[in-house]
Amino acid sequence: MSNLLNVSLSPHTHGKETTRKLMFGVVIALLPALFTSIYYFGIGAIIVTATSIISCVLFEYLIQRFIFKKPISITDGSALVTGLLLAFNVPSNIPVFIIVIGSFISIAVAKMTFGGLGNNPFNPALVGRVFMLISFPRQMTTWPIPAGLSTKYIDAVTGATPLAIIKEGLKNGESISQLMTQIPTPVQMFLGKMGGSLGEVAAIALLIGFVYLLVKKIITWHIPVSVIGSMAIFTTILWLINPEKNADPMFHILAGGVLLGAIFMATDYVTSPMNPKAMIIYGCGIGILTVIIRVWGAYPEGVSFAILLMNAFVPLMNAYIKPKRFGEEVKNG
Amino acid sequence: MSSTVLITIISLSLLALISAVILYFIAQKFKIFEDPRIDEVQAVLPAANCGGCGFAGCRNFAEALVKAETFEGLNCPVGGAVTMEQAAKILGKAAPVVEQTVAVLLCNGTPEFRPRTSKYDGVPDCRIAHNLYIGETDCSYGCLSLADCVRACAFDAMYMNSETGLPVIIDDKCVSCGACVKACPRHIIELRKKAKKDRKIYVACSNCDKGGPARRACKVACIACNKCYNVCEFNAITIENNLAYIDAFKCTFCRKCVTECPTNCIIELNFPPRKPKVEAQAETVAT
Amino acid sequence: MKTFPIGGVHPPENKLTAGCVIQQLPVPQSVAIPILQHIGTPATVIVNKGDTVKTGQVIAASKGIVSTNIHSSVSGKVNKIDTIIDTTGYKQTAVFIDVQGDEWVDTIDRSDEILTDIKLSSEEIIKRCLESGIVGLGGATFPSHVKLTVPSGKKCDVLIINGAECEPYLTSDHRIMLERGEQFLIGVTILMKALKVTRSMIGIESNKTDAIEHLTNLATAFQGITVHPLKVKYPQGAEKQLIKALINREVPSGRLPLDVNTVVHNVGTAFAVYEAVQKNKPLFERVVTITGKSLSKPGNYFVRIGTPVSKLIEAAGGLPEDTGKIVSGGPMMGKSLNNTEVPIVKGTSGIILFPESESERMQSESCIRCAKCISACALNLEPYLLMTLSEKGLFERAEKERITDCMECGSCSYICPAQRPLLDYIRLGKSTVIKMARERVVKK
Repeated sequence: MSNLLNVSLSPHTHGKETTRKLMFGVVIALLPALFTSIYYFGIGAIIVTATSIISCVLFEYLIQRFIFKKPISITDGSALVTGLLLAFNVPSNIPVFIIVIGSFISIAVAKMTFGGLGNNPFNPALVGRVFMLISFPRQMTTWPIPAGLSTKYIDAVTGATPLAIIKEGLKNGESISQLMTQIPTPVQMFLGKMGGSLGEVAAIALLIGFVYLLVKKIITWHIPVSVIGSMAIFTTILWLINPEKNADPMFHILAGGVLLGAIFMATDYVTSPMNPKAMIIYGCGIGILTVIIRVWGAYPEGVSFAILLMNAFVPLMNAYIKPKRFGEEVKNG
Repeated sequence: MSSTVLITIISLSLLALISAVILYFIAQKFKIFEDPRIDEVQAVLPAANCGGCGFAGCRNFAEALVKAETFEGLNCPVGGAVTMEQAAKILGKAAPVVEQTVAVLLCNGTPEFRPRTSKYDGVPDCRIAHNLYIGETDCSYGCLSLADCVRACAFDAMYMNSETGLPVIIDDKCVSCGACVKACPRHIIELRKKAKKDRKIYVACSNCDKGGPARRACKVACIACNKCYNVCEFNAITIENNLAYIDAFKCTFCRKCVTECPTNCIIELNFPPRKPKVEAQAETVAT
Repeated sequence: MKTFPIGGVHPPENKLTAGCVIQQLPVPQSVAIPILQHIGTPATVIVNKGDTVKTGQVIAASKGIVSTNIHSSVSGKVNKIDTIIDTTGYKQTAVFIDVQGDEWVDTIDRSDEILTDIKLSSEEIIKRCLESGIVGLGGATFPSHVKLTVPSGKKCDVLIINGAECEPYLTSDHRIMLERGEQFLIGVTILMKALKVTRSMIGIESNKTDAIEHLTNLATAFQGITVHPLKVKYPQGAEKQLIKALINREVPSGRLPLDVNTVVHNVGTAFAVYEAVQKNKPLFERVVTITGKSLSKPGNYFVRIGTPVSKLIEAAGGLPEDTGKIVSGGPMMGKSLNNTEVPIVKGTSGIILFPESESERMQSESCIRCAKCISACALNLEPYLLMTLSEKGLFERAEKERITDCMECGSCSYICPAQRPLLDYIRLGKSTVIKMARERVVKK
């Protein structure tokens, strides 16, 4: 023994889990959805995803290098996940410059201004997405129709999303049963044959990712299940009250970004609550807000807004909703 | 068009008026009477909010000064005599004379004198290392070199010397607020009386072990040999718990103990070089 | 299979020495026996420099209620009474003895005969435990006679024996159960008699199938003792978790197992009690596991108290070149040593040598709020919050968040993907809060 002995506090062993492994686990869970979107939207999906990832990582690097002047931590994979999720939340025919702006907002404004990974109150990818939606409403709401490995990018054939069809139709006084004939069947929707953002369409691929995340213990079931569960209950009630004015729960869950939001966006570590009880309340809040925005709001889709709104409550929930401690005495009057 | 402008102006003015009235009454209702002198006293305090006076902040100290009958036991170490006199003038009281002090580190365990015996791998925080074990050396009393005191200093008066691994106190900046004294888990920083030209003589050791183990752990440890105690003509030196201590109020800076100390743990600072001795040596060499 | 309900982690078991028969470590040339090897007041030294002592002779006497006797582990001459750095990491007073031969005190029965008859009464057993210096050998080293004395107003209806040995690497309890099964069960019966209970449950993690089988067979001959396999999950052997797993009672925060009518003792303690009561042999040696991935001959040894760790390492094949850290106890809760001359004490259940590659901590990153620490905490605390609060010095709030409930099992630091030093700060907060609470009591 040539060197001095190391002395430190216990534990003297570590679980070998790292931030990096967790982040790359999320990336792996997103891959099925990425492949299906490439299959449906072709070259557009590749361009959008690549641009988004590259610009997110680049912005993070530049800010850490020149503004923070701290060690670079882009290898932890968090910027990669943000980039991927941002790409999943936009149509596949969106111009490159808009994605770059969106990436800048995500990384620079939503993440780095708060001090980087672990400190941001709002989900960076969603902040970027909402910024783009409000700033470039036209580009953000024209969705290409799945065309099977298409080589068209900006000039892809576009159409409305099922949610937009329902929203417009109800505004024009049509009934749900009439509108249902204009939208894809539930099976088509489950497989992703519908217009929409490039990552949100294929429910099956997202569910495969969900199973992977659960098996790898990267996330717990609490948030996704409570989001989807609360939506299902709320929309069932509305549907039972008036099936001609409100779509059925199956449609609500499969259409739009519910699954992507519930599995990947709402479960973002940094911006979700820390204990199971709070996670369930948070999930239910997202589910109910989404339905409220969809049914009574101006936008056809409300997952992003719902998650961002609930993000704002997370610090409050962490402070006031506490798990029951082991050995906590129950007060008997 | 003009009517719109008019209505806007009128309605906004009305709104402002109502708000003003409400605010006025609320302000009256919740008004708290405060001695105006508190503000005056606070104005002359340094506004460092360092807690050196024993109160949470300058405001609390100002309140205490106004309330107090005499200034006995109340002192702002940062502002010193000047500030206390100003405060005394405002309140019409007499400020007691308080000796100015300065922080001094009672350890000289540089790597050269105190060899490292292990490697601490953990949070760089003295309190945590102190709770864990003896430290990177064999001295359980000496400096842990993890800079809790430097972080506690609000006046930039301390820095870590990377070569010695010990904190250095900049006398000119030190306001003797005592934050470092409180921060040190081993209690080896002392506030000592400030002397002319920042002169200092002190035992730079806190080791209470017996001579043998103390010496083994550190070459410049106090071994409680009593030599300094015997040589001191002013009863300024006491030896307790195997450790010598020089009372700064009794010490006359005769420097006899410094030369007497066999382990060189008594340090003299800011003195002119000892001319006579050097000359004597030079003479002997010459002859 | 029984287990505790919340939290827990699964560190790799690394029980390298599970198959190594317990050997006797030769008596060293000199020993240093610290006078504080238990929780409580240090014992008072009653020998002087130059005295001749026999193996098993009392050299430091118990002082106060929570204290116990310290015995000489060797025969020879007292060299000096000085300080030595022990497993606490600080210099402690110790009696240094130079070994001459190995002459035991006459009253000790050195035969191999297994004595089944328990002649002593309940009070006599407790007295014998104090005289023999028995402490909890699981690591906490709480004097056993205190734990065996049920205060008036409290009652105990079941004795729990902790054979979980949930710490990775350690195998000393496992080997005792296998090789000294009968003596161990007699020890359990003695403890039952001392506590005046009729029922005893032994909880063993299911990775020790041989021990479970062996003891289940033996236990048929003993009345009231049952063996229960437990799920392999850390911290299964934590007192409160074990009680919850075995008898589904939850010890209230800040209270003792006696508040739910039970007492927990460790396997090693039961064996030591057997030796003390039946053989009149005080606690001056114990089983220690010496292990490490690069050690050539890891094993389990009967080691005299006061033997320097270096002697044990020598017996196990010498100190490997790449050693970066030596830990006394398990890797999750043990204390790292700063030199190899540290003496083995009553609480040393194992010595683990970590190679350099495993001995340094990784760089800690910022918290990503993944909440893994919350799901790992067996007490359902919020380690991330407790760390932040004590890092920022908000100790009052940390107290409200029940920082003092933490048992320092290390699961949170173990699981943290950002390698944050959660437990370092929680320990700091905990000790500060305890100090604050004590000051409050004094003020009142």
